[in-house]
Amino acid sequence: MTLKEFWHRLGSPRWFYQISGPFGWVFGSLAMALLVIGTYWGLAVAPPDYQQGNSFRIIYVHVPSAILAQSAYMLMGAAGLVLLVWRMKLADMVLAATVPFGMSMTALALFTGAVWGKPTWGAWWVWDARTTSMLVLLFLYIGLYALRQAVPRQEAAGRACAVLAVVGVVNIPIIKYSVDWWLTLHQGATFKLTESPSMPPEMWLPLLVNVLGFYCFFGANLVGRLRLEILRREHGTAWVQELMAGGRT
Amino acid sequence: MNGGLATAKPGTLFIAQLRRELTSTLRSLAEALNPLVFLFLAITLFALGAGGDPETLGAYAPAIIWVLVLLANQLSLEAMFRRDFEDGTLEQLLLLARPLFIPILAKVCAQWCVTGLAMTLLSPIAAMMLYLPLDALGVTMLTLLTGSPAITLIGAVGAALTVGLRRGGVLLALLVLPLFVPTLIFGAGAIMQAVAGMGTSAQIYWLMAISMLSLTIGPFAVQAALRISLEQ
Amino acid sequence: MSQFLLRLEHLSCTRDGRSLFGDLDLTLSQGECLELRGPNGSGKSTLLRAIAGLYPDIQGTISTSDCLYWGHRLGLNGLLTAEENLRWYQTLQPGTVDLAAALARVGMRGYERVPCHRMSAGQQRRIALARLLVCDSTLWLLDEPFTALDSQGQEMARQLIFEHVQRDGAVVCATHQPLALEGARLMDLAAGQNPGPASPEAIMALEKEVAKKEAEDHGVHER
Repeated sequence: MTLKEFWHRLGSPRWFYQISGPFGWVFGSLAMALLVIGTYWGLAVAPPDYQQGNSFRIIYVHVPSAILAQSAYMLMGAAGLVLLVWRMKLADMVLAATVPFGMSMTALALFTGAVWGKPTWGAWWVWDARTTSMLVLLFLYIGLYALRQAVPRQEAAGRACAVLAVVGVVNIPIIKYSVDWWLTLHQGATFKLTESPSMPPEMWLPLLVNVLGFYCFFGANLVGRLRLEILRREHGTAWVQELMAGGRT
Repeated sequence: MNGGLATAKPGTLFIAQLRRELTSTLRSLAEALNPLVFLFLAITLFALGAGGDPETLGAYAPAIIWVLVLLANQLSLEAMFRRDFEDGTLEQLLLLARPLFIPILAKVCAQWCVTGLAMTLLSPIAAMMLYLPLDALGVTMLTLLTGSPAITLIGAVGAALTVGLRRGGVLLALLVLPLFVPTLIFGAGAIMQAVAGMGTSAQIYWLMAISMLSLTIGPFAVQAALRISLEQ
Repeated sequence: MSQFLLRLEHLSCTRDGRSLFGDLDLTLSQGECLELRGPNGSGKSTLLRAIAGLYPDIQGTISTSDCLYWGHRLGLNGLLTAEENLRWYQTLQPGTVDLAAALARVGMRGYERVPCHRMSAGQQRRIALARLLVCDSTLWLLDEPFTALDSQGQEMARQLIFEHVQRDGAVVCATHQPLALEGARLMDLAAGQNPGPASPEAIMALEKEVAKKEAEDHGVHER
């Protein structure tokens, strides 16, 4: 199947429903495996940091959730664009399904960041560049969620969120840059949070495993929610009624 | 779908819409000036809350001015499309105007005159009330002048998305305030640099860049958002 | 050979999960008038908005010439005068009729400089009707144009529609009150019918129905 065919096929939620079943399982099992390995590796096997001791281990949850939070927003921006330009129903569902996930990831990143911050720097919250960007991202997610709830018609709500998501995606690099400039200007390079370059492989390998695990979890979650959303929105159609009655599609 | 009956030339369309907006605003002037009154009322509250202390107020003046400008803008943004939405002229504009972004630009321009431009011109008073050093006044006005178009344009997108919703005002704040963060940072940052005697050209250029970007994308985002809001 | 001004092909629409109308086929040519009937919520307004281009969630095709849509909302800025409102419309949709003549035609001669919020609802409706004259458009889409008009105003509106049809324009009018226009086609959305020509008997029957309802309402009021 060519890319063009694939794109065209995506316009049919029914087709996506039919082919996505196995994907859910694949992502789910991968996620389980990777997360179990990564978490055990990170929490038990990796050596303690010479400065922070064992409290640094929270990064094995903190970093993946932060990465996912940002990736999810990028995905929503792309889905929003697809919805507005190609009017693909699936893009609307991707947008709807990703918002709660992204919001949870952002909240998790902020929470784990605070948990990390207390033993390490003595404060639950600091207005550091990254924490502030993450907080603004949380507000952007909340805005998307609130907008969808506020618009009464489903199709209009989807499109309104798409416009907001696209505008948000364009703004995010600017926000990140400005916050980064503003807050490091004032606080200097006190809180250097870059891990990868200065960490030995025994530390960042489990991190990588966990990041992949989180992505697979996202994939599984997204596929599951999409399938549910398809059933919910298309419940009036013949194929869904058949499916509900126990037949095969 | 509406077979191309030619409307007026873009320039005429812009001027006609701008004149309409400004006439309408002039005839409901009290309503239009409320956000400005709010700005100074809020400054007063800050001054009272800080006990009128010159040092405290002077140190925070850049932040206070910029944040209150954002909030005052926020108040007037809600009404930007609402009257036209309710009396039906907005949907007529959507149906008839070709190209649509021209009257939208005129609306944004009129909105900016009553908010951004007005606040820029009144900022010396605000600066005086907050003990902002006078040599930073020029930069203050410049940041407001270059940053306010961005605020009006980004705010217009939010206003367009929420115009049809009941109690859209609070939601509007939630949607657009995070997007104002860069403008706030560069605006307040520039004033603080000026107070410290350092160069501010970088921030001013950033503000201009953000305004330019908003000018390029904004009207089309507003257009899309208005179409969505008018499908009922 | 008259041009078609509006063509609907297999038009269907769902709203909030309900199917409003399905598989509508219609062609409207010059000099034709279509009356849309149906109870509240049957989709008359949605159909008109879809034809105008405001409601995008439809299946099927709509082809129209330039149209003028007048919906539930007046489309007049209350703060501006009648003249300012109509001039703005002329900028957007040019026309040949002089403003003063149009105002005179709708019985609002001399109201050019009056702000619209100072007029009664019926007077504002007349100004909105003047807009139909001031802008040149072949297809009119009217959603309950007789609202808030007194019997004189309603008669005047009927005349305007009639004249427009005579001039080779076309009108699609959603209304609760019968248009009573000769040769007007009827489409009843509640019954899901495709439109056919309205027989005089059908019109008379409808008028009787409406008169009966009005008498009942009047009776209730008196009590």
